[in-house]
Amino acid sequence: MTVTTDSVRSALELAPEHDHVDSHLHPEGSFDVADHEVPTGREEIWRFTPLKRLKGLHADAEFMRSATTSTWNTQEGVRVEGVSGDEARGLRGISGLVPNTRWAARVLAEVPSTLLIDVPADTEVAEPIVVDLDGTDAGVTEAGHVAMRFGRHSKAIVVLNHTGSSTVAAVVEIAVGDGADVTVVSIQDWADDAVHLSHHQARVGRDATYKHAAISFGGDLVRMDANVTYDGPGGSAELLGLYFADAGQHIEHRIFADHTAPRTKSHAVYKGALQGEKAHTVWVGNVLIRKVAEGIETYEENRNLVLTDGCRADSIPNLEIETGEIEGAGHASATARFDDTQLFYLQSRGISEKEAQRLVVHGFFNDLIRQVGVPSIEERLLTTVEAELAKNVLKDLGSLAAFGQDDNAPHDVLGSSRSAPSADNAAGTPR
Amino acid sequence: MSKLEINDLHVTVDTEDGPKEILKGVTLTINDGETHAIMGPNGSGKSTLAYSIAGHPKYTITGGTVTLDGQDVLSLSVDERARAGLFLAMQYPVEVPGVSVSNFLRTAKTAIDGEAPKLRTWVKDVNAALEQLNLDPSFGTRNVNEGFSGGEKKRHEIAQLELLDPKVAVLDETDSGLDIDALKTVSEGVNRFRAREGKGVLLITHYTRILRYIEPDFVHVFVDGKVAESGGKELADQLEANGYDKYVNAVTA
Ligand SMILES: Nc1ncnc2c1ncn2[C@@H]1O[C@H](COP(=O)(O)OP(=O)(O)O)[C@@H](O)[C@H]1O
Ligand SMILES: [Mg+2]
Repeated sequence: MTVTTDSVRSALELAPEHDHVDSHLHPEGSFDVADHEVPTGREEIWRFTPLKRLKGLHADAEFMRSATTSTWNTQEGVRVEGVSGDEARGLRGISGLVPNTRWAARVLAEVPSTLLIDVPADTEVAEPIVVDLDGTDAGVTEAGHVAMRFGRHSKAIVVLNHTGSSTVAAVVEIAVGDGADVTVVSIQDWADDAVHLSHHQARVGRDATYKHAAISFGGDLVRMDANVTYDGPGGSAELLGLYFADAGQHIEHRIFADHTAPRTKSHAVYKGALQGEKAHTVWVGNVLIRKVAEGIETYEENRNLVLTDGCRADSIPNLEIETGEIEGAGHASATARFDDTQLFYLQSRGISEKEAQRLVVHGFFNDLIRQVGVPSIEERLLTTVEAELAKNVLKDLGSLAAFGQDDNAPHDVLGSSRSAPSADNAAGTPR
Repeated sequence: MSKLEINDLHVTVDTEDGPKEILKGVTLTINDGETHAIMGPNGSGKSTLAYSIAGHPKYTITGGTVTLDGQDVLSLSVDERARAGLFLAMQYPVEVPGVSVSNFLRTAKTAIDGEAPKLRTWVKDVNAALEQLNLDPSFGTRNVNEGFSGGEKKRHEIAQLELLDPKVAVLDETDSGLDIDALKTVSEGVNRFRAREGKGVLLITHYTRILRYIEPDFVHVFVDGKVAESGGKELADQLEANGYDKYVNAVTA
């Protein structure tokens, strides 16, 4: 087992006074593909990603005709539509994104259409807007552009639900209007052979509230950069992540909260579990507090739970501060195995070792799942965590056979085949 | 029936300088329905005895036996011991993040009984147990021991004792850190348990204070990893008056 927590770089770095700051957090972006070299893998932003497994997405793989089916539900007052031509071109960069990678520049330059999700100003959407993206062929390399536009004082939840087999590079742009309240959830529940490279860029308006949740379970390689900038003072961003890596999987999450306006907030919590040979997760939490961004608050946290030998979790919080006038800035990063004292306590109450491990893993994720705050997703996440546990921790327990088929306790994800009905768990989830 | 027999128990812990013997031949029998108090100075090995009975992996048994109603306890795993009827109220209960008290209690009860408790009576039982220990019903939604005050942790241990209903309870300094009201509440819980048919209690304590509320049948003075003297309640009174000096000096002399 290799567990690394790179805490050296996590120390506060107080940048020098002058304007030019030598940091990968200040790249010169460009829409021109020719301005971006093909990465070698040695670059800071690529150093953890196994480029070979990207099937050329980072370089010049052809963006083929899509083999992914996209479907969505309709919600009153919301426009969800694939658009092309001038309208699509007009949506490139609506989040303020100026590509800093070749692949993102290529997506914006080459992809003919854009999936637009348009929520007009002052519109409150009661139910989540759910977009299902189901891949049918991992042999097809493809790319996509999604643009979400939330008008001022609108309120909505969008769920991007990725399933099936696909090799896809996706740029998702999110423009959150002033005073809007927006949640974007992206679930990566891919089949084993999927490759998914994505960049989610959000621009958060004045006094707006933005929540982004990245949830990654499946796929051979999943890398997502979830970035935020602020369009005015008072904006707040909550960046959540939950991932579960199995043998051979590479799951990489990077966040970048770029505090470009005063009195803005960012709060990031990413939690992951790892199991099986060569399960590899990466979390890089970049926070930049620009000179103008006085009175901001930021906190970022990454926790990894290593369930078996042979896994590797990289965790790097990185905070750069260019102003001394901040309300609060903190970070935490920890990678650990099961806590023996917790297991002993549970076992001393008659609970078997495997049950105890299951309780601890569910407990590890529970608060985070609640924070996502989308009831229909909470239940699915509990189920998925349970299914992941069944691959290793609960392998010999045979609980999954009973799980989900037990008519008496359909929601009791914490109860094994011989366990109790659902009581607080089912009733108490959407607290 | 509940008879816990500890015979010539030797236990070591691993240290940087190799194994260190902590228990040096403990012999003790708790018969059906008896309460035994173990009193000893800090570091004498009281918690080691409690943890060894419960099966904590940190401790290595190098000799002796422990049986519950004739069954070899030492060959059982931690959870098997609990299911066989042993309960340890810990000196330092452990936080389990994200696991609610009610989920924890129900999972434990199910494991101990081998079947899920009847939902309706169970919820009632839990609420009653919490209430009797002056714990708010909302306690059930909190995470196990997380953010509990010292007193809440101890009262939660005794609520578990009453709900899980073991044969023999080992209480490791359940009284330490409690104010007088909490001490009474906790003692009442232990006495309710003792009032049930045939329950054994091994009450580990540093102070005589709790013995005013929980009357032991026997008192053992524990020094340097073994029982130095055994007697009735009056032994506690002697300790109250004279402290452990006599025993500790005897060991070092
Ligand atoms: N891991 C350990 N390494 C070294 N010594 C230990 C370890 N654990 C316990 N001990 C020692 O064992 C002795 C008994 O401890 P304990 O059982 O906690 O005593 P008590 O509960 O009576 O205060 C103490 O001297 C303590 O320092
Ligand atoms: Mg102790």
